[in-house]
Amino acid sequence: MADAKGLKIDTMRSFLGRARGLGIASGGVHHWWMQRLTSLALLPLTLWFVWSVVHLAGAPYAAVRAWASGTVHATLLLALIAATFEHMHLGVQVVAEDYIHTKPIQVAVVVAVKAATALLALAATIAVLKLAIAG
Amino acid sequence: MRRETRHVGSGASPRIAPAVTGVLSPMTDIRDAQMVGRTSDGRLVQRPLSGHLTVYINLDMVMSVGHRVTGCALAVGTIVMVWFLVAAASGEAAYATFSWWLRTPIGYLALFGWTAALWYHYCVGIRHLIWDTGRMYDLPTVDRSRLVILGATAVLTLLTWLIVIL
Repeated sequence: MADAKGLKIDTMRSFLGRARGLGIASGGVHHWWMQRLTSLALLPLTLWFVWSVVHLAGAPYAAVRAWASGTVHATLLLALIAATFEHMHLGVQVVAEDYIHTKPIQVAVVVAVKAATALLALAATIAVLKLAIAG
Repeated sequence: MRRETRHVGSGASPRIAPAVTGVLSPMTDIRDAQMVGRTSDGRLVQRPLSGHLTVYINLDMVMSVGHRVTGCALAVGTIVMVWFLVAAASGEAAYATFSWWLRTPIGYLALFGWTAALWYHYCVGIRHLIWDTGRMYDLPTVDRSRLVILGATAVLTLLTWLIVIL
């Protein structure tokens, strides 16, 4: 920050003085809370999914289709997809922000991660809906 | 933490933080002023330095990074989950291709890595949720929870594959 004469005055200000009035960086509490909420949701959903696919290993195609198209399983799959990809883009964002120090690259990576996550989530959702509706 | 001597730029730095914050000692370096904090009962203490890879490294640091690494690996792994669902929705031929790929050595290796990463991230994640409530932060408990996490990861991974094989 510079004063009216363009002088740098940052060095004489305390850390608190510099940070005050700027507000939170980018909705930190919401980010933190959603990360925890999705992780809680994923505790039972992950157990269910791993248990299911372990039992579907080597099963014929018809069995897989029958499993995925049930209303309960389709509902749980959609919940799993929502929680997984929400948790995922929040987590990878933090990693990118911590380790990529060049701002333009950092923003580009975060945007790319969000875009990829959204596309994966949409593809998975459409697949589940297709299975559930077609039966 | 005693700071009578300073070796700026020396490889063998004396500023290795002890586990417990020390009583305030006379400062010999102006930067030490930034390391002063207060305890909740108002005493002045010198804060410990956070761990740094060039000074020391321990298992807890590796496990913390491991949580992030496995998280990123699982993010890549979700592609397989999406492939599974899309293939199942696309028809028998697409699903056969998907199954064939999973049965290649690379497929098995990826799946094994995925299950190990998943259970590790799962167990560390549970400890993070407990930590969020302010519990289990003391060092004896961390010593135990670290072993529980590593043990549970191994057991859950092997159990998953036992069920697949049997």
